[in-house]
Amino acid sequence: MDNLTLEQYYEGYLRMLRIRKFETRAEENHSKGEIPGALHSSLGQEAAVVGACMALEDDDYMVGTHRSHGHPIGKNADMKPLMAELYARKTGICGGKGGSMHLADFSIGSLGETSIVGSGLPVAVGAALGSNMLGEGKVTLCFFGDGASNEGAFHEALNLAAIWNLPVVFLCENNGWAVTMPASKAVSVENIADRAAAYSMRSELVTDGQDFESVYMATNRAVDAARAGEGPTLVEVKTYRFAEHAANLGRMLVDRGEELEGWLKRDPVEILRIKITEMVGDEIRLKEIESRVDQEIEQALEFAKSSGSPDVADAFDDVYSEKVPDYYNIA
Amino acid sequence: MPRISFIESIRQAQYEEMARDPKVFLMGEDLVANVFGTATGLIEEFGAERVRDTPLSENGFVGAAAGASMVGARPIVDLTITSFIYVAMDQVCSIIAKSKYIYGGQVKLPLVLRMCMFYGNSNAAQHSDRNYPMFMGMPGLKIIIPSNPYDMKGLLKTAIRDDDPVMSFEDGTLWSQKGEVPEGDDHFIPLGVADIKREGTDATVVAIAGGVPLALKAAEELGKEGYSIEVVDPRTLVPLDRETIINSVRKTGRVVVVDPAHQSCSAASEISAIIAEEAFESLRAPILRVTTPDTHLPFFPSGEKALLPSKDRIVSALKKILD
Repeated sequence: MDNLTLEQYYEGYLRMLRIRKFETRAEENHSKGEIPGALHSSLGQEAAVVGACMALEDDDYMVGTHRSHGHPIGKNADMKPLMAELYARKTGICGGKGGSMHLADFSIGSLGETSIVGSGLPVAVGAALGSNMLGEGKVTLCFFGDGASNEGAFHEALNLAAIWNLPVVFLCENNGWAVTMPASKAVSVENIADRAAAYSMRSELVTDGQDFESVYMATNRAVDAARAGEGPTLVEVKTYRFAEHAANLGRMLVDRGEELEGWLKRDPVEILRIKITEMVGDEIRLKEIESRVDQEIEQALEFAKSSGSPDVADAFDDVYSEKVPDYYNIA
Repeated sequence: MPRISFIESIRQAQYEEMARDPKVFLMGEDLVANVFGTATGLIEEFGAERVRDTPLSENGFVGAAAGASMVGARPIVDLTITSFIYVAMDQVCSIIAKSKYIYGGQVKLPLVLRMCMFYGNSNAAQHSDRNYPMFMGMPGLKIIIPSNPYDMKGLLKTAIRDDDPVMSFEDGTLWSQKGEVPEGDDHFIPLGVADIKREGTDATVVAIAGGVPLALKAAEELGKEGYSIEVVDPRTLVPLDRETIINSVRKTGRVVVVDPAHQSCSAASEISAIIAEEAFESLRAPILRVTTPDTHLPFFPSGEKALLPSKDRIVSALKKILD
């Protein structure tokens, strides 16, 4: 099994910090009214996202969720079209038709960030099946949450992946909450990873999902097994969502009190920063990374804000649609 | 041209396209056992990898078809009976219909969902749906609905080569119908081109799927009474060939729309609305619909038969607007 190199630690810190700063700035500007719709941040889950993504090759596939900002950044996507998408601009990664829940960049292997909970799991199974049939040998990483583990799609997808021995890594970002429903009340098992046994599937339980290295190591074992033809693995990463389910819902949906305070002390970005500092004895590279990320975020914001909006006529692109009668007065 | 059955036309379309393109594969329940007869010889020719039996996991394998199509495969999913699509509605409506759109055209989903409309044979309400109108209200899904073996083969081959998701609604009342169908690779019917099955000047019948042979029988009967009835088969509902329908109505001034679906929000309702919007000035009588009333199809044969469109109901609707 591979151990992480120092360069990989730095790379992990770079990507996690990108997510942190991208989402922090997006939340600020969302609250100023610059970004329409709801905003689902993955603040607090950066180690789960980046640790998993870094176990993949660049051309491996990935399927994500409504909490979509972190996944493409974790897989090294350019942040400019992602930010532009949040701003509903024509230059957005989805041309302004997707928004916060759909930041999927197919050029880095994404096959969608889908906002119906659980709906990505069957897609990941199909991607792995297709990749096998076409002889590509790619692995598909499928992110989902504790909430999705209660959907029927979870059962169907895990069973299909198991009987067909497909190269899928099912990665559960268990952040403890499905909107207002705590996993402790909604999930019948203490560890979602235990559900793998029902499918005769390998599992990995990452109890400290705020630790980048732990997530990476567990996911890496799963990816290696998938690539070796040993089929799927269910990986559960215990992590936490620092923010509300979505920004700007008007009020706090549920007071998570001391639980939240406890988790805020286990900030994955800070934990990795301390670890690297202890390893190398100085902060020189870390500070370089921090100013680099600041610059990238400014560039992404500048790109988004200076881009034009889509035309109403663009609402008819990328789907077969019937001609609209003239009297609609559209566009 | 050889005469083959509706089922054989499906089999030929699948066989020819799978032989042509190794990316095309078939999956669904009980395929290898060939329960419906549309997979005869496919397993022997293409093997279990490309003729893939699935467990009873419609949401799972329909979603898997979506994922496979995103990475470059071209799946045909045989869902057997149309009602089973309900189990997979999340994948159909949220993933298959919308992925190309919400991701701004970054991905295409070249897949075909095949379903048999298994009505008219006492299988009770859960197995007898003609549910294509629901999907006309969901942008992003093309819909073919052939009425004879010639159209079935030509449309299915086109659907398999189309880069958008296509739903194929196959009318079980037509299964044993035989017709002349070209052999070989070059029989294609473009989506969105209606076919005038019979020319006429006094009234138009726009008929869908199993409604087409009934409309032709009605036209034949009224022909003996001196009426000239035109029968238009849209063949695909998305895209819909509005022009051919409108031109026919402009010529005849009278129209009955025959649709085996339930009446409310049926394909017939949409076609009637289009005619009212675009050809109102040509109409010399109200547009009438011959559909299935808004109750379920019962198990008891006399009840089911009475509810479904029939030659007699079409004749009587036509007489009402011709007199």
